[in-house]
Amino acid sequence: MKNWNWEVGKRLVADVGKWKESWVWVEEPYASPDGEKIAAIVRTEDEMFNICVNGQAYENSFDKIWHLRFSPDNRLTAIVSDGEWTLAIDGETWENRFDFVWNTQFAKDGIAISVQSERKYFAAVNDTVWENGFSHIGDMTLSHDGQRAASVVQTVPLKEGEIVKFQQGCFSVAVNGEVWDRNFVNVWNPAFSHDNKRVAAEVRLNLYDYTIVVDGKAWDKTFSTVWAPQFSPADASVTAPVRIGGKWFLARDGEILWDKPFDQVWHHQYSPDGKNIAAIVCPQFGQWTVAINGIAWKHTFGDLVTDLVISPDGTRAACVGKDNGKWFVCVDGIVWGGQFDMAWQPVFSPDSRRVAAKVEKDGKYVILTDGVPLIEPVQALWTPTFSPDSSSILVRMIEDGKYYRRVC
Amino acid sequence: MYEGIVEDTQKAAIADLGIDKGVEALTPEKIETVITSFLESETGARFKTYADICVHCGLCSDACHYFLSNDRNPKFSPAGKVKQTIGEILKHKGKVSPKFIGQTAEIAFTECNVCKRCAMYCPFGIDVAYLMLTMRRLCHKLGVVPQYIQDTAHSHSATFNQMWVKEDEWIDSLQWQEDEARGDISNLRIPLEKEGSDIMYSVIGPEPKFRAQLIYQAAVIMETAGMNWTMPATPGWDNSDMCMYTGDSEMMGRLKRSHFETAARLKVKRIVMGECGHAFRSVYDMGNRWVGWKMPPIPVIHAIEFYDELFQKGKIKVTHKFEEPVTIHDPCNIVRGRGLHEKIRNVVHRTCSSLIEMYPNREHNYCCAAGGGVINCGPPFKAKRVEGDRVKADQLREAKSKGAKVVVAPCHNCHGGLEDIIHHYKLDMKLKFLGDIIYEVMEKTT
Repeated sequence: MKNWNWEVGKRLVADVGKWKESWVWVEEPYASPDGEKIAAIVRTEDEMFNICVNGQAYENSFDKIWHLRFSPDNRLTAIVSDGEWTLAIDGETWENRFDFVWNTQFAKDGIAISVQSERKYFAAVNDTVWENGFSHIGDMTLSHDGQRAASVVQTVPLKEGEIVKFQQGCFSVAVNGEVWDRNFVNVWNPAFSHDNKRVAAEVRLNLYDYTIVVDGKAWDKTFSTVWAPQFSPADASVTAPVRIGGKWFLARDGEILWDKPFDQVWHHQYSPDGKNIAAIVCPQFGQWTVAINGIAWKHTFGDLVTDLVISPDGTRAACVGKDNGKWFVCVDGIVWGGQFDMAWQPVFSPDSRRVAAKVEKDGKYVILTDGVPLIEPVQALWTPTFSPDSSSILVRMIEDGKYYRRVC
Repeated sequence: MYEGIVEDTQKAAIADLGIDKGVEALTPEKIETVITSFLESETGARFKTYADICVHCGLCSDACHYFLSNDRNPKFSPAGKVKQTIGEILKHKGKVSPKFIGQTAEIAFTECNVCKRCAMYCPFGIDVAYLMLTMRRLCHKLGVVPQYIQDTAHSHSATFNQMWVKEDEWIDSLQWQEDEARGDISNLRIPLEKEGSDIMYSVIGPEPKFRAQLIYQAAVIMETAGMNWTMPATPGWDNSDMCMYTGDSEMMGRLKRSHFETAARLKVKRIVMGECGHAFRSVYDMGNRWVGWKMPPIPVIHAIEFYDELFQKGKIKVTHKFEEPVTIHDPCNIVRGRGLHEKIRNVVHRTCSSLIEMYPNREHNYCCAAGGGVINCGPPFKAKRVEGDRVKADQLREAKSKGAKVVVAPCHNCHGGLEDIIHHYKLDMKLKFLGDIIYEVMEKTT
């Protein structure tokens, strides 16, 4: 990000609206994180697919292309088929080919996909495929360093209707293809530790008892249900929302950490130093907000709270809230003025002092910084990005069919 | 200890792995412990009030298709079913035998569609469906659930859809249907994972598995109407929920969280769901509320409302009307549960030449006997289910005698149930979704 162009100004990158004149159809465009490129899947006259980047198509077309996405380091990925499926990065396909590919994941400079070949399921990380295949794969996730993948896998063959066998446990977690030595009735949402060495997941031990498992070892307490675990960045501990007696708590290593009960607790996340934990909570039925270290904000939303984010210094939090059908941005428990038809996850500046968010109203999009519109409403926008020194904001926008890179 | 109903050869004849194995694993001590804990922790004023205030007036009996179809046998009356299950449990303070639990499971899971028709006729408003679902929840806690529906609940837990559809199979099915639909509209897309669309279209597991043409048809309707829409390429695409009907509330909540968070992730303004009844109950009433959402956090529009809206706004037009006379089967969950009966008729009048009503209809309709998870209990209970809805066959026959040739049923489970009834009673009628008819008569973009 330091190498990106942070000179204040507005530059036309591509006239996306004109692309329609060259192709049978143009799908929705995607802008690179640095704003320098805009790309879309296009359909050619010969009923093939290609990718148009800043107005130029790749040399090779494919039978099918889907899931076009930029990686955080500005590489353009797409799932492509030329009879067999694989991942293409900046137009170059991986060497490995599969019967099907989906679920592209990014972390640091790593890229992973879920793949299926001859009815066996694998993860492939940076074009290296797991040696062991499984009859089912789900919830594949990539380690923070982008080098390892973990996934829920089926370890015991199961036919439809085999309820007794299912309840004996047919699922586990595979980390880089290596399976834990214990099966569970269900496993969900594996998560890597910050040193990328350990994996925790939520499990169901039988139809009634849920708990958290870390590297195959279950907490010694069970709950009526749990949600996804997280590792603390500060130590080796693991936290997860747990349900006891119809109420939700946050537990650490099996013990209650937040002793105030909520009607719901989920999407908890740590500050980078691990000292603070924020979560979306429901203090009373039908009332949603954010709690920091177990203390809920006073303002609640009746419909939904989503897109929680914690500031880089760990002292602030922001979210999107919805009330009576309208969307709002809420920072540190204070709701910004204005109600919107949609709002996207707020973004903190690196110094944690400023917040920006993309919102939609009447079919047009605006970026708000600290609650104030930064630009005039435009046709399309992507999430804003602050410069490393927090002084500037990169705006990626489409206005009258033209894609601009703008730094404000 | 209460041993249960002694004389009932029919009940003894139906073998089911889920019920039988579950009963085998029970002891009287375990039953009493689970029941005591359950009554203390999971029931409250509503349960106690309903259990206490029934005066056995019998007005609910004539509301129940099982009662009417089984020659007015009081065992099949709603109050009778409560008496045989929860009534005995309360009376004996949980001191009941494993065999009794097996019998209650059969009653709660296969002799009540939780259709809520009886609640409309009860002078006290007792919701027998709630009581039967409470009974099912207790059966789940005791591990006594019919095999087929339990397997469906297992599928939900492992794949987040009810048909064991794997993640790649779902996406592949959508892409296959997209290719098929290009036969109609050359540039048609089924847009996957298109963030910021107005609509997320969600379906139930059987659509990619058995009725993929419905996805194709929906895509043609969306494209023709010029909708900005998407479908997810992740789990969360299935809006259905048999865990709601097995009593596995924890999984019900997990499924609804997945569905709504998928929509929230895609930043859609609303979810349009296909023609399904029970899924609507789960997203609009039971599943969302278990999670803590008073109402769906992203508005859910049933296909019927959506089609009606498209016609009202002139987004789709018909080239001709469907010629064969139709009758309408009103699905319980979206008629008594949402009041969509006039909207069904709006769409039928827009698309069909002739509507011959069945009676009783609208919110007074008789259930298809498949709903409430009963059809999902599978082949062991099929005969009982079909014979338990003779009154629906009589309704269909009467509509047929007036000229109806096609039954419009905008619900998947209703389709399954009515198909069995039509076949069993030799009614020789065709079944259609509203989407089938709209697709057939609409003006399509080329």
